[in-house]
Amino acid sequence: MDIEPTFFDSPGAGGIVGQPLDRVDGRDKVTGKARYAAEFPLPGLVYGVLRTSEIAKGKITRIDTAAAVKEPGVIAIFTHENLPKLAKTPNTPEGKKAIGAPMGFLPLTGNEIHYANQPVAVVVADTFERATHAASLVKVSYEQAQPIASFLDPKAEIFDPQKVQDGKTDGHTRRGNPKSALAASPIQLKATYTHAINNHNPMEPGSTTAHWEAADRVTVYESTQGVTRTQQALSEMLGLPRDQVRVITKYIGGGFGCKGSCWPHTPLTVLAAKAIGRPVKLVLTRPQMFTSMGHREDQTQTLTLGATKEGKLTALIHEKTSTTSPWDNYAESNSKIIDLLYECPNFEATYQLARANVMTSTFMRAPGEAPGSFAIECSMDDLAAQLGMDPIQLRLLNYAEKDPSTGKPWSSKSLKQCYARGAELFGWSKRNPKAGATRDGKYLVGMGMATASYPVHNSQGTARVRLYADGHAVVQSGATDLGTGTYTVMTQVAADSLGLTVDKVRFELGDTRLPTAPNSGGSVAAGTVSSSIYMAAQDVWQKLTKLAVQDKRSPLYRAKPEEVTNEKGRLILKNDKSKGEDFAALMKRLELTDIEGTGNGKYGAGYESGMAASAADSGHKDDAGQHSMHSFGTHFCEVRVDPELGTVRVSRWVSVHAAGRILNAKTARSQIIGGSIFGIGSALMEQTVRDDHFARYTNASLADYHIPVNADIPEMTVEFIDEHDPYINAMGVKGIGEISMVGVAAAVANAVFHATGKRIRSLPITPEKVLNAGIAS
Amino acid sequence: MNNFAYQQVDKPKDATAILRDDKQAAFIAGGTTLLDLMKSNIEQHSQLVDINLLPFKGIEQTSDGLRIGALERMSDVGESRLIVEQYPAISESLLLAASPQLRNMASIGGNLLQRTRCGYFRDPAFPCNKRVPGSGCPAQTGDNHNLAILGVSDSCIANSNPGDLAVALIALDAVLTLENAKGKQRRVPLNSFYLLPGKTPHKENVLEPGELIVAVTVPAAAHARRSTYLKVRERTSYAYALASAAVGLDVQGGTIRSARVALGSVGAQPWRSPEAEKVLTGAPATEATFRAAAAAALRGAQPREHNRYKVELAQNTLVRALTNLTSA
Repeated sequence: MDIEPTFFDSPGAGGIVGQPLDRVDGRDKVTGKARYAAEFPLPGLVYGVLRTSEIAKGKITRIDTAAAVKEPGVIAIFTHENLPKLAKTPNTPEGKKAIGAPMGFLPLTGNEIHYANQPVAVVVADTFERATHAASLVKVSYEQAQPIASFLDPKAEIFDPQKVQDGKTDGHTRRGNPKSALAASPIQLKATYTHAINNHNPMEPGSTTAHWEAADRVTVYESTQGVTRTQQALSEMLGLPRDQVRVITKYIGGGFGCKGSCWPHTPLTVLAAKAIGRPVKLVLTRPQMFTSMGHREDQTQTLTLGATKEGKLTALIHEKTSTTSPWDNYAESNSKIIDLLYECPNFEATYQLARANVMTSTFMRAPGEAPGSFAIECSMDDLAAQLGMDPIQLRLLNYAEKDPSTGKPWSSKSLKQCYARGAELFGWSKRNPKAGATRDGKYLVGMGMATASYPVHNSQGTARVRLYADGHAVVQSGATDLGTGTYTVMTQVAADSLGLTVDKVRFELGDTRLPTAPNSGGSVAAGTVSSSIYMAAQDVWQKLTKLAVQDKRSPLYRAKPEEVTNEKGRLILKNDKSKGEDFAALMKRLELTDIEGTGNGKYGAGYESGMAASAADSGHKDDAGQHSMHSFGTHFCEVRVDPELGTVRVSRWVSVHAAGRILNAKTARSQIIGGSIFGIGSALMEQTVRDDHFARYTNASLADYHIPVNADIPEMTVEFIDEHDPYINAMGVKGIGEISMVGVAAAVANAVFHATGKRIRSLPITPEKVLNAGIAS
Repeated sequence: MNNFAYQQVDKPKDATAILRDDKQAAFIAGGTTLLDLMKSNIEQHSQLVDINLLPFKGIEQTSDGLRIGALERMSDVGESRLIVEQYPAISESLLLAASPQLRNMASIGGNLLQRTRCGYFRDPAFPCNKRVPGSGCPAQTGDNHNLAILGVSDSCIANSNPGDLAVALIALDAVLTLENAKGKQRRVPLNSFYLLPGKTPHKENVLEPGELIVAVTVPAAAHARRSTYLKVRERTSYAYALASAAVGLDVQGGTIRSARVALGSVGAQPWRSPEAEKVLTGAPATEATFRAAAAAALRGAQPREHNRYKVELAQNTLVRALTNLTSA
């Protein structure tokens, strides 16, 4: 393929892609017809409930299930003493790798307790209520040990890992000579940032419904961001060929990363269902959600920045210390965004970890980029303040014209346009450069901004298009709709690619029997799946062209296939559009009821780079190929700080992003709004509190773990810069799931600084911290 | 949650008799706090006695004030014109609490009996003197960022009733009418209804087993008509207060004739401050007076590591509430 799909800006050729189409699944969702993972009625379905550990470290000495099994309706109780064995567990590094498990430990495989609320039993009963009650009657005796609660625990041992983020990021990297560059810099700023534990808390909790259709064949209805990954994990654990493990996820109510992997409750449910010979459904409770599917780790980062007197960066040194579990070296890769956001010749990043009695942390929306951007973007704000320079000017002064971390040119970068448009929409020019100088009655008013960036990750997917002679199409890909609009945007892409209206297209997803697609995570789904569909449609057109040029009755008979193109569902000659015919006419004449095409959408296979240069084939990493591929954007925030009561409220918000082709103006806007609110939550209120002594959470509920409510959020302005990227993938789509929250916390913190003249470097910025900053006096 | 029996009654006597005979039974009205506690296995009841049919209704002006039936819903009371006009602090405290859905369900009597949000109390895996007497209080040195600083003890620093309504009612001298299993009624000022933790934090109020809250009465007063409730929290809605203040003032010619002050979320119980009222009464309605009153209110504060900020926050909240009231 060598041309950009043109329906984007030529309405005559379809023009549905990009339009603010209402969700095609909206009606099914509001009427309840849409089935989420825990809503599949199966004959004989029974209910599993996890009984979890009171302690965070020690050994189970006895489990007494006598009272629980006597309860009416109880079918079985599984503990480490009777749980059937798996073919593989993640408890060894090899097993973890084969399974692709997020954590190197599966509960109920032994008597050891490693973290608070670790599952110690699965109780299965005929109703959810009976299972819940019976679970409370399972008595567990422990030999208790003193747990370590975090890297801040005096007993914690800090170590230097070779790799973090499950082997994906080096524990130490260096570019140039940062230490000597820093020493020679006239301006040196060093600041330490801390982050509370955050939990994903999607509206729909994790759940598994396992149905063994035969002794060696299971169907699992799972709330997951990727059916394929769950299938792979389960097939390895169960020792079954992949095609004997089917995973179905038709809808999920948010994931934010916590549903991106196969967590312990899933195999436990599958094993329980097998053992009792009936389908079992297990839904995590809200408190269990805090300890069952990962979290964003508690961490501290120190960023040292060197600059010239003019404000040009000379060195960046980043050090992060965070808490990890007893088995895994997981840390978000904060340093990656710091490495590439600005032109800087010298860079160093070091990760340190400490093992504590906690469950493994995992990727959470913009993993690494969110906290990393908080550090770099607050420090840049400090530098601007010290220089007396406008924060946008400072960023333009250090603008990276190519990727500083690799030296490669960007595939596309429209950040300057984002700054300019954002500033215009926000009224940045009206900002008083002096901090702490703008008042509105009792409020201190501040304006802040920050840069956002997120990589286009390497991924590939497949899709199948079946076009029917009667003028409708069924399009399939085993993708997931996180709730962000995948059903809708893929319907749009298919409609335009086939020259159909959206009502003639049915898009199906969320089943391992469909063509394989990647996890909906890392912002890859939109680009990969849309490109796969586009390619599959092209495959259909090529097949139809071949038929037409060989058919004597076709107006295109004996034309060369490369001279034929398609427009609005018609095959036509490129140089004489009047010559051609509808696909339906051709198919009917040839007595074809339908025709199938398949497509493989790949990272790096854009319309400029072409299929041959595809990076995905060679198994390269994200920086493979000739270009560095990232989306960029900016957030602008106004806050009102009440210095006496310590409250911070966001009063205005503007986000402008450039992320390649935008598939649906409405769902994309919603996604940026959602990500920004997610970021505002992390900036101002979200924190899971772990007791220092018991290593157990004290606020594992949505009453006590605060996420923003409507009243916290003002009207939000969102715009996109029109950006055509010829390298990333066939559709030129970069994805917007994560960039929406990158830089958000910094924009808020910078606005708080501008309002008050005080820099708060600890998230979330609660009234307690505002008061302790001593602004009022 | 354990299995329990459920029955509905329509006579107070039937209700109180069941609880007199069955110490594990509980009344249920709106259920907004009880069901949470039962689902978390913090409370385990043998049976629930649904009291919604009892005749404890009505929002009425009486000869000397206001009477609210204990089974009135938060939303109805909060929106009652009588209360909005004559007792604004009560209305505001209700409408700033919880969410509309919860306010539509929750009863006034139940609201006054809600229990602490202390994370150690809410999770049976932790020790907690309030839940299991003698087991300990990890909150003393643990996560106490939203726990109490006034009236606390070494046994407990929970803000036992974390809600809003009780703060406004205590400020305005509300009195509860209670009825026991013998059908006998007694009247108890709300300010002596709640008990401080001392060494017995599991004893939270003076209710006898089976005793019901029938009604709340509030005397009419100039300081009730001119009253307000201010709530500071970590998000703008649907959160418990970090600090709150209910204040009522009768100001004539710039001088405060009478004052009522109560603080929320900073006391082991909703916290009436006679110290602040003493400073205010007879003094000019100025910021200096308000500051002095706030300082007096917090003089006995015993903060822990993570709730030290509340000493300042509570004072500022009180000053702001008094300022709002006198500048309006």
